[in-house]
Formats: sequence, structure tokens, C-alpha cells
Amino acid sequence: MATTALTPAAHGYRAGLYDWLTTTDHKKIGILYLVNSFIFFFLGGLLALGVRVELAQPGLQFVTDQTYNELFTMHATAMIFLFIIPILAGFGNYIVPLQIGAPDMAFPRINALSFWMLPLGGILLFMGFLTGGAAAAGWTSYSPLAQDRALSSTGYGQDLWIVAIVLIGTSSILGAINFLVTIFKMRAPGMTLFRMPIMVWTVTVTSVLVLMATPVITSALIMLFIDRNYGGSFFDPAVGGDSILYQNIFWFYSHPAVYIMVLPAMGMISEILPVFSRKPLFGYKAFVFATVGIGALGFSVWAHHMFTTGAVYLPFFSLMTFLIAVPTGVKMFNWIFTMWRGQLSLSTPLLFALGFLSMFLIGGINGAFSASVPVDFALHDTYWVVSHLHYVLFGGSVFGVMAGLYYWFPKMTGRMLNEGLGKVHFLLMFFGFNLTFFPMHQLGLAGMPRRIANYSSAAGWNDLNMAATIGGFLIAASMLPLLWNVFVSLRSGQPAGDDPWEGNTLEWATTSPPPPYNFDRLPEIRSERPVFDQRHGRIGH
Amino acid sequence: MTADPHAIATTEHSPVASLPHDARGGIGNPVLGMLLFITSEVMFFSGLFAAYFNARANFIDTDGVMRWPPQQFSHTLEILPLVGPATLILIVSSFTAQFAVWAIRRGDHTAFIRNMAVTVTLGIVFLVMQAIDYIELGHNGLTLTSGVFGTTYYTLTGFHGAHVFGGVIMLGVVLYRGMAGQFSAKHHDAVEAASLYWHFVDVVWILLFSLLYLVPGSGPA
Repeated sequence: MATTALTPAAHGYRAGLYDWLTTTDHKKIGILYLVNSFIFFFLGGLLALGVRVELAQPGLQFVTDQTYNELFTMHATAMIFLFIIPILAGFGNYIVPLQIGAPDMAFPRINALSFWMLPLGGILLFMGFLTGGAAAAGWTSYSPLAQDRALSSTGYGQDLWIVAIVLIGTSSILGAINFLVTIFKMRAPGMTLFRMPIMVWTVTVTSVLVLMATPVITSALIMLFIDRNYGGSFFDPAVGGDSILYQNIFWFYSHPAVYIMVLPAMGMISEILPVFSRKPLFGYKAFVFATVGIGALGFSVWAHHMFTTGAVYLPFFSLMTFLIAVPTGVKMFNWIFTMWRGQLSLSTPLLFALGFLSMFLIGGINGAFSASVPVDFALHDTYWVVSHLHYVLFGGSVFGVMAGLYYWFPKMTGRMLNEGLGKVHFLLMFFGFNLTFFPMHQLGLAGMPRRIANYSSAAGWNDLNMAATIGGFLIAASMLPLLWNVFVSLRSGQPAGDDPWEGNTLEWATTSPPPPYNFDRLPEIRSERPVFDQRHGRIGH
Repeated sequence: MTADPHAIATTEHSPVASLPHDARGGIGNPVLGMLLFITSEVMFFSGLFAAYFNARANFIDTDGVMRWPPQQFSHTLEILPLVGPATLILIVSSFTAQFAVWAIRRGDHTAFIRNMAVTVTLGIVFLVMQAIDYIELGHNGLTLTSGVFGTTYYTLTGFHGAHVFGGVIMLGVVLYRGMAGQFSAKHHDAVEAASLYWHFVDVVWILLFSLLYLVPGSGPA
């Protein structure tokens, strides 16, 4: 009798839908995050294709200047705020409670609230297209551009943009509080801080960054909103305001946000590389301190986005920016020596992790160029910067996300993804990515500015732009094998079993997918690899 | 509500057991969550304060002289009759909030509810006084649109007021739940969390009041 009372009979489709809409289970919320993020990834990708189609040839063929401004503004906004940041939070949601042996997040209902703010924010953001013009002042929305009603957007788009970003930011802040309380208060017995999986460490540092940085952009956006709508004068020099102030407050968030967008992806590949190299992570503690170091240094480099304003102290911000390369370099050694003399199995998660490693390395090197003030003066606001940021955020974070998807999909669904389709996906995406973004180095060096819809056919930029556009379509095509793979695997994929990869961490100690309460019993936790210890006993050490 | 909360309170009436903690020691999840939320709020106000400092340090008045406050508003912001007493009221309410916390830690429901009711009332009085002050200032020509002085003044005090409003609602819920008998010496994380938030709101106001009303202006009169 008690069991019938506890399990409301799931009457087909409607009961299932109601369950997903009202769930407070961290695993279901995690999957909702992933699905929602992928929807906005594809929308943002379509906008990017719009940009590439217009730039394929000199001249204005398809869109007006104003529409073009809307395209790149909304592309960047969707990718940053509705794809990368939330999808990493989604993986964190699913994986972190499992990896620390907890039954759920600390505040399950706040967790659901955090998620549902995202589709709401996304809808508000894209409503701009239906209300006379989306936001068009760039994802940075610098003042006075974003304040000028004629330039920023022809309709309500810019104000909707502000409201949406504040909403999404609030979702991030609540999520960060939830992660930190969960990690600090709900770890299983025996899981000391230095036995936490690296993924959990990176989510911890990311959550601190979100907690300290995101409210600052909220304040900047509220001031911008007051300026635009209530006659305020924060950022308008004509009435005693200061437009550089906006840039300072904006980048005080938006530079740490770069680490918010990459640290959890670093955590994901740090879970994958040891498993597929059959070795423990090389230099666990060094990796942890490097992660904390990146987080701390991340708050002292924001003005390297503002070198050319002439309003910031160049030597300090240049030095601090170069310093960031040190902990990042430590991590490169961690990853490379983890694989060194390991038994590498080149399955799809490892391929994407290697993609992360190599592409993020390029993004780190071309970033270090721009940290040098004289070089930055030459390259500022050129396609070099576009190339750099995509090597870090696409070559880094997106490859990491794909690695994590192929790695944890079996845990989430109980089905393996197809390896052959996975490899096709990887190859298409890898070549497409480099064909799109490598030529942008040369375009930047040749002086092509970002955020222009049109260029002279005599500038010598024609072939490289055409190559980038072809690459963009290759990236889009690489999503087809992924979608087909997910569709086929959900219907008839090979059953995964509890631990298909012979993993190290606690999520592999429960069923695939895990029950609502996660664990019947936990293995003893004596290292950061409890499942490895359980499988091999003391021989493994 | 089957168990009598008063019975729980009396059986666990010891100073150690009555501190807020979870099964493994340390502070409870809601209290830690509130401390982290307050951290994010500190950063939010930091952004607004940064804008204020920036405006104050760089303001050039209509006669081309660097001055703060602007000549036009040199005598607009006055401590008496409203703002000084309102400040005292908010400080006193922080004390009564803490008395309420200490009372529920002892399991003294009567003192808890009495102090919490006084706190909520003082919070509402502060908001009413702020509203009256806004109307007065508006009559004296200070509005959101009167340059960066007006914009920063109303944005900072306005967002503080919004936080007082949020705090009053939070404390109101705590008071309601307290009258429904939901708190005991052992179980009162919500009381601890709400009072921490209230202290934070109080501290922000003390900083704001000092900056806006006490720290002397600069530049030729």
C-alpha cells in the first residue's frame, strides 16, 4: 500500500511532461539545462551563419547594416549567456552531486528556479526580433552606443536584452550559491576537499567567480537601463556621466566570465583524460592550485580589454594578463603528462578532449600576443580578436562540452552513443572550426575590423572570408551526425551498463541512469578515485 | 503540524544544542546560503558605489569648477528632520532583530515574536520616512534626471530601499511562521538567515548615510 501511494502511476505523455516541468531532481534539471542550452546553441549558430553568409563576399548582399548588427549581437549573447555558461552549469548540476556522493543539490527548488529563468530570459531576448528590432549594440553594449536609441536597436530589443541578461545573471548567482552550499556541506563521508574530483573543484572556483562577478554586471545593466529609460546620467558625459565607467564595470564581470566559461570545461577534460589514458591525473594538487590561481588572477585583468581607451594603467594590467599564462601552462603540463605513457584509447570523448587541448593552446598563445600593449594597440578590434576568442570559447569550451556529452551521455541515458558517428562529428567540427577561425588571424593582421557588414573587394580579404564561411557551414554540418547519433542512440543504442568507461569517480558507482536518490550504497572514499580503488583494491596504487 | 514545537524547544534547551547547526556540525545550509547571497549583494552594491565614487571624484560643476555636491544642491540633502531619525530607526531595528534571534535560541517564543514584530514595524516606518523624504526632495528640485548627482542619489538609496522592502517581507514571513509555531531553539535557520540579511541592509545604509550626509563635500563653496 505504501508503495502505491508513493509512486503516482506515470500515465503516459502528460504525466511525463508534468514531471519534467515540476521536477526538483538535479539530474532532470541538469538534462533540462542541456536541452535548453543546445536549442539556443543552434539558434546562435544560425545567427552566426547569417554573419558568415553576409561576409562571404564584399558588398552588402543579404542584410542591412542594422540587421547585421543585430545578427552578431544576438549571436554572441545567445552563445555566451544561453549556451556556454548554462550548459556548463547543466553538466555541473547533473555530475557534481553524483561525484561527491550526495542525493541532490542543497536547495532543489531554488535549483529548479535557476533553470526556469533561462528559457524565460531567452524568450525575452529573442522577443526583440518580434518587437521592431533586436539588440544591436554588440554583446558588450558599450555606452553611449547602447544609449543611443537610433543606433542600439530600432525597437525594444536593447531594453529586452538588458532585462534578459539580468534575469540570466540572477539564475547564475542562485546556481552558484546552490553549488557552493552543496559542495561544502553535502560531501559523502571520507570525501575531503583534496579527494574531490577535479570537475567539482572547477565548479567550486567557477561558482565563486559567478558569485563575485555576476552581480557587478547586474549593477552596470541596471544603470544602463536607468540611463536609457528614466533619464539617468551614469554613462552620458554630456550630463556629468562617464562612458569609461561602463567599460570598467562591464569588464569587471566579463573578464572573470571568460573563466566561468572555460574552467568547468577544463574540469570535464580533466575527468576524461585520466580515464582514457588509464592513469591518474598528473599533479592533482598543482591542478587545484592552478585553478584557484586562475580564479584569483581573473579579477585583476579586466582592463586589458580597454588598453586603447587610454584610461587604464597599462603596465599593471599587461603584467597580470601575462601572469594568467602561468597557471594555465601548469594545467597544460598536467594534461600532457597524464597522457604520457598512458594506454590511450582513442574513443570520441578523448578525441574531443584532445581537440580542446590543441585548440585551447592556440587560443592561449594568440591571447598572450594581445596581452602585450603595443601588439594590442595594433590588433584591437580586428579579426585577430575574433579568432582568439573563438579559439578559447569554441576550440576550448565547446570541444570540452562535446567531450563531456560523449562521456556522460551513457550515464544520463543508459545508452552508448555511436562511436563511428561520433568520430565523423569530431572530424567535421575540427576541420570546420579551423577553416573558419584560423584565417581570421590573417584577416586581423591584414587590418580587417570586427563588426562590419561590408568591406572593399580591393582590401585583399576576399579569399580568407570565403574560406571562413565554408568552414562555418562545415561546423553546422557537423551537428547533423551529432543529432542523428543522439536520436538513434536514445531509441536503440547499445546499453551502457553502470560503468562503460571504467571510470574513476562516484557517478560510475551507481546505475545508468541513476535512481532519483542516486546511491544505494557508496564505496569507501580513500582517494580522488574511489571507483578505481574499489575495482583494483590496493594493487592499483 | 502534529508535534508541539514548544515541547521540542524545552527538551533541547541548552546553549550548545541551540546554536544553529546541521547534523555534522558547522552552520546550517540556509545560513551558509544566505551568507553567500549577501556576498553577491555586496558585489552588486560595489558596482553602484563605484559609479558614485567615480561621479563624486570627477564631477565638474556648471561653472567649470570641480565640486561635490553641485552648487545647485549644496543644501538639498539635510539630516534633519527625516533622514537622521530614519537612520536611528534602522539601527535600532537591527538590534531588535538580533534580540529576536537570541530569544529563539533560548526557546523564548514570546520575546522572539515581540522583538520580530518591532523589527518589521521599524522597517516599515523607515520605508515610509524614505518615501516622504523623496517627495520633499522632489519639491526641492532633486530628481533622477537632475544630472549625475540626482541619478546616483536616487539609484543608490532606491536600491537600498528596495532591499529594505525585501527584508521587511522576509522578516514578515519569519514573523508569520513564528506565530504559527514553526521555530524552536533547535530549528530556526530561517530566523538566523533573515536577521543576517537585515544586518547587511543596515550596514549598507550606514555606509550610504555616511557618504551622502556626513563626509564633507569638496571644491569651492
